[in-house]
Amino acid sequence: MTNPNGRFGIHGGQYIPETLMNAVMELEEAYNHYKNDPEFNRELTELFNEYAGRPSRLYYAEKMTKDLGGAKIYLKREDLNHTGAHKINNVLGQALLAKKMGKTRLIAETGAGQHGVATATAAALMGMECVVFMGEEDTIRQALNVYRMRLLGAEVVPVKSGTATLKDAVSEAMREWTSRISDTHYCLGSVMGPHPFPTIVRDFQAVISKEIREQLLQKEGRLPDAVLACVGGGSNAIGSFYHFIGDEGVRLIGCEAAGRGVDTFETAATIATGKVGIFHGMKSYFCQDQYGQIAPVYSISAGLDYPGIGPEHAHLHDIGRAEYVPVTDEEAVTAFEYLAKTEGIIPAIESAHAVAHAMKLAPTMDPDQIMVITISGRGDKDCAAIARYRGEDLYE
Amino acid sequence: MSNIKQAFENGKAFIAFVTCGDPDLETTAAVVRAAVQNGADLIELGIPFSDPTAEGPVIQGANVRALNGGVTTDKIFAFVKELRRDVKVPMVFMTYANVVFSYGAERFISTCREIEIDGLILPDLPFEEKEEFQPVCRQYGVDLISLIAPTSEHRIAMIAKQAEGFLYLVSSLGVTGMRSEITTDLAGIVSVIRENSDIPCAIGFGISTPEQARKMADISDGAIVGSAIVKLLEQYGKDAPGYVGEYVKAMKSSMRKNLQIT
Repeated sequence: MTNPNGRFGIHGGQYIPETLMNAVMELEEAYNHYKNDPEFNRELTELFNEYAGRPSRLYYAEKMTKDLGGAKIYLKREDLNHTGAHKINNVLGQALLAKKMGKTRLIAETGAGQHGVATATAAALMGMECVVFMGEEDTIRQALNVYRMRLLGAEVVPVKSGTATLKDAVSEAMREWTSRISDTHYCLGSVMGPHPFPTIVRDFQAVISKEIREQLLQKEGRLPDAVLACVGGGSNAIGSFYHFIGDEGVRLIGCEAAGRGVDTFETAATIATGKVGIFHGMKSYFCQDQYGQIAPVYSISAGLDYPGIGPEHAHLHDIGRAEYVPVTDEEAVTAFEYLAKTEGIIPAIESAHAVAHAMKLAPTMDPDQIMVITISGRGDKDCAAIARYRGEDLYE
Repeated sequence: MSNIKQAFENGKAFIAFVTCGDPDLETTAAVVRAAVQNGADLIELGIPFSDPTAEGPVIQGANVRALNGGVTTDKIFAFVKELRRDVKVPMVFMTYANVVFSYGAERFISTCREIEIDGLILPDLPFEEKEEFQPVCRQYGVDLISLIAPTSEHRIAMIAKQAEGFLYLVSSLGVTGMRSEITTDLAGIVSVIRENSDIPCAIGFGISTPEQARKMADISDGAIVGSAIVKLLEQYGKDAPGYVGEYVKAMKSSMRKNLQIT
């Protein structure tokens, strides 16, 4: 899907300061070498299987299927990975690559803290230094993850600029990278930013759809009719979609965070409310005003609280191959509670956005149809915030 | 072809940066006039952006103050048109790619021509992406300024060969902001630039003291100062123009001295 300049249709590219150009070119060169290196792939597979606990389960949600009375529902359990989310897939790949490149220090941005925790984990494992940039607002929403990162030996830098959320953490990590390149790898957490990041992160996350395909063929002898995943930058979604892009019969549905609704200013639904722009190194869709000022987006989910979307998603939207639907805070919280009570699985509030849309879609499908929902992470980190949302003051 | 080369015709150029609308456009106008009266050869006008990823805290602050003050691209265009009645030195815009892209490249750049803006500096538009705006810039005679960084290495020749207006040499790694020491081998980079281009080369990022300005001017064609001026705006607000004038005067006079005799 990628041309040599890192374009997905009109999207993607490398809109970054000259200072970083050699760094991204060096990264691209190293990646192109190691992605075909048997030794690298052997090491990565071993980390995936022995350390992260892959392959993750594809679980038949029988009670949910019966309750909703439509499509047969499978859950792809990325929440069961080590560190509790899909983020570890990308991080193990990038950390191993960085190590091969001779880098000794990882920096990362984080929203909900899952990517920060995963990066801190990989850094601890591989004996690398780690600094994580996190919006100050998010350090409050996700205090437990801040503690986890520090416990793992990482330094967490609260970012106070702008809206003090994920986009500002990305900006600050980019600023840090321009000041220290030689020993530092920027371990970007989603399929966004300048080329080659959207491609590298996608390739490491594509293990999700590779497994779904194999597991479902084994269990059902066929491909799914629909694959659903939540989308912020879009790494678990592209990972879930990738090996089905060529299968026209598989509907690919990305669930965006609508916050308080797409008709309010308190939303983060980029495809629903954004327009094409250039930001954070890429051309894609962004929430912005008429003068191109990036909008201060909002979602209850710190991990989806981002004003853009990865360039490959933007392209899949343009060509009509994937659908993107908005899901509100209220719908996501209801789905969070529903999955807990129905299946005994507490999903991350991010993943609950995909569950929420599945609750609407499944009843409209036939019982002989199959739907896969990627549960990108587990919801322990969200319990205090959801309790607060429901008016209950919970002290951790 | 713009008028940018005029800025380099009277010895070493002093290039002053100010964010439009920080804290309001009246102050920006007074700052520009004070800088020009005291010897600034070229003015770099910042159009604020919500998320200026190449800026340090000082210029980030200016962007926030300007946007909170309600400045927009359209208001800045009207402001420059007015400023052009008496300000004759070359002027360029410094902003981010999305500000130009969202306005419409053709509409933005043709307006630059109309209001006599000579060039455009976009720190998030490297050599590989300049086709985004270069053809339109050529069509309207607005120079798209290229940047060269301490990490550019083998890219210097490629960038210099196609550069227009002047070359913006970034002195140090990192973002904009004042630095006590600049350690990059800038003379080495400048000599590679000279082998590949005959357009002027000015150095920016981290320059704040008269001595730094003199050193930079000695090895190149000029010095670009942003954060140190913006710092005066942060400190004095609407009263900043007088202080900026004095500051530019001191910097310019230091650059006129011959470094060899010290």
